Amino acid sequence: MRHFFTLLKHELRMLLISPPTYIAAVLFLCLMGFLYWAILRGMVNTPAEELPSVQFFKAFWIPVFFMVPLLTMRSIAGERSTGTLDTLMTTPTTRSAVILSKFAGAYIFYMLLWLATLGFPFIAQKLYPYAGESAALLEPASLIGSYLFLATSGMLFVAIGIFASSVTRSQLVAGMLSFTTLFVVIVGGQQLGNIADSGPELIGWLDATINYLQIFQHLDDFSRGIIDTRPFFYYTSTTALLLGLSTLVIEAKA
Amino acid sequence: MEPTPSIRVENLTRQYGALTALHNVSFTVNPGEIVGFLGPNGAGKSTTMRILSGIMSATSGSAWVCGVCVAQNPHEVKRKIGYMPENNPLPDDMRVVEYLRFRARLKKVPSNKLRETVQEAMDICDLSRTARRKIIGTLSKGFRQRVGIADALLGNPEIILMDEPTIGLDPHQIQGIRKLIDNLRGKLTVVLSSHILPEIERSCDRVIIINRGRIVASGTSSELREEFLPGNRFAIEIEGEPAALLEKLKSAKISAKILSEKELSIGRYQISLRAEGDPDTLGPQLIHTLQQAENFKLHALAPSNPSLEEIFLAATKRSWEETIDSKPKVASVTNSSAS
Repeated sequence: MRHFFTLLKHELRMLLISPPTYIAAVLFLCLMGFLYWAILRGMVNTPAEELPSVQFFKAFWIPVFFMVPLLTMRSIAGERSTGTLDTLMTTPTTRSAVILSKFAGAYIFYMLLWLATLGFPFIAQKLYPYAGESAALLEPASLIGSYLFLATSGMLFVAIGIFASSVTRSQLVAGMLSFTTLFVVIVGGQQLGNIADSGPELIGWLDATINYLQIFQHLDDFSRGIIDTRPFFYYTSTTALLLGLSTLVIEAKA
Repeated sequence: MEPTPSIRVENLTRQYGALTALHNVSFTVNPGEIVGFLGPNGAGKSTTMRILSGIMSATSGSAWVCGVCVAQNPHEVKRKIGYMPENNPLPDDMRVVEYLRFRARLKKVPSNKLRETVQEAMDICDLSRTARRKIIGTLSKGFRQRVGIADALLGNPEIILMDEPTIGLDPHQIQGIRKLIDNLRGKLTVVLSSHILPEIERSCDRVIIINRGRIVASGTSSELREEFLPGNRFAIEIEGEPAALLEKLKSAKISAKILSEKELSIGRYQISLRAEGDPDTLGPQLIHTLQQAENFKLHALAPSNPSLEEIFLAATKRSWEETIDSKPKVASVTNSSAS
């Protein structure tokens, strides 16, 4: 456990001192800020049923597709290609501590970026006090639900990135692998759901399984303040599985 | 009771798919010894070191480090070994002292001794004055190597494994590293690999020559000289015909053979000569005989010790020929030279 904290501290320090972190953060916030602005603007022109924050978080997949691969692709693949993974392995550190620290480092950064977007509704509130009066900008139930969704689904997304990074020594391959896997997990689940809905009635358990994989559906529930344990179980168990596999991979492919 | 050897390796074999990188390698290293691993590229030096440091597992065979089996207890072994991998990978954007502190923490140095341990390692490697707060990415290659060695020294290891510590360094830096290794003599067991032969010859007590995954020779450089290039060798410069020199020696009843001759200028030759006889009296005898010659003039005579380079070439060439000769029955060949 001591090793985990040493490694995590190192991981965070490396994030803090490397310029790409700041570039990524600025780009992310610019993009998300623009999206938020666009949503607010759209709401001015046409009344919408959903709260701006709900609409905003529906676009979570846009940053996930590019941020997660960028954040995680170099974590293990990069260390392996420079050889620092080897030096790490010669210390009495456990493999699981290495993987967990990489995961925790990337996850903390991912969550920090998302928490920074909390500034948007506050800024909007400050600039447009009218809108603030209706309490639509800072509706706590939807904000808490949405952030809870981001926190749990983020675990899975970052774990996918870490796993992709652990199987290869090329950062490019790791990035592409995590991008495609994220695409399949996020969009594929939804597509399966669409197919299931349009086709004939499915047998009970298959229908339940497909429902289980609907990430957008999870977001819908969470942002309405419905907190279900099933998505929790889905995200945490898959995360644990992926991190376990990554540990095995670096043990075998040191 | 004999002390436990620092490293004991028995019948170690490692295969990468169809390629056998190590074939039945066995050797021991005693505490306090400085041993050089010598071999051409792809001979299996790095593989052996990686297996010993516990990052890679062997296909078969066993290795013990300070009496601890590497395969059964890799964690214990990692505490006893300081390993500097080939090419010495370091994170470019950290400062030297930060990096070493981080490594010391990973090597379970207690936090109240952290500063002291890091300072000590930096002092040994002469890093504390100039490079302490420098960013690793901006360091010269020599300093990077020092950082790698300082890292290997952290956490009080009993054995230091260094994979090609002097590769890519200039002569000054090589000398620095050599002094550093000399400083460690007696305190720690050091195993280093290299193909820079004079380097190994000067700093190592014992040499293990490895080729194509087999140990082809092992011993001190004088033992190896005896085994691979026996006889007394002399470098002679004469003015006159080399044939006349041989005749003269024959008449003085010294049996000798010319190994090579080179014409320096017209009528003047440099000859490498192998002569049989008692090494203590042979020199004066030769000088005496050659001085009296009428049809050539002796310019210079010096005993020449074959360098490790020549031994290395002879040893690896022999093993090369052995493997070619025994190709049809390669499966049944056991490594008799492993000792």
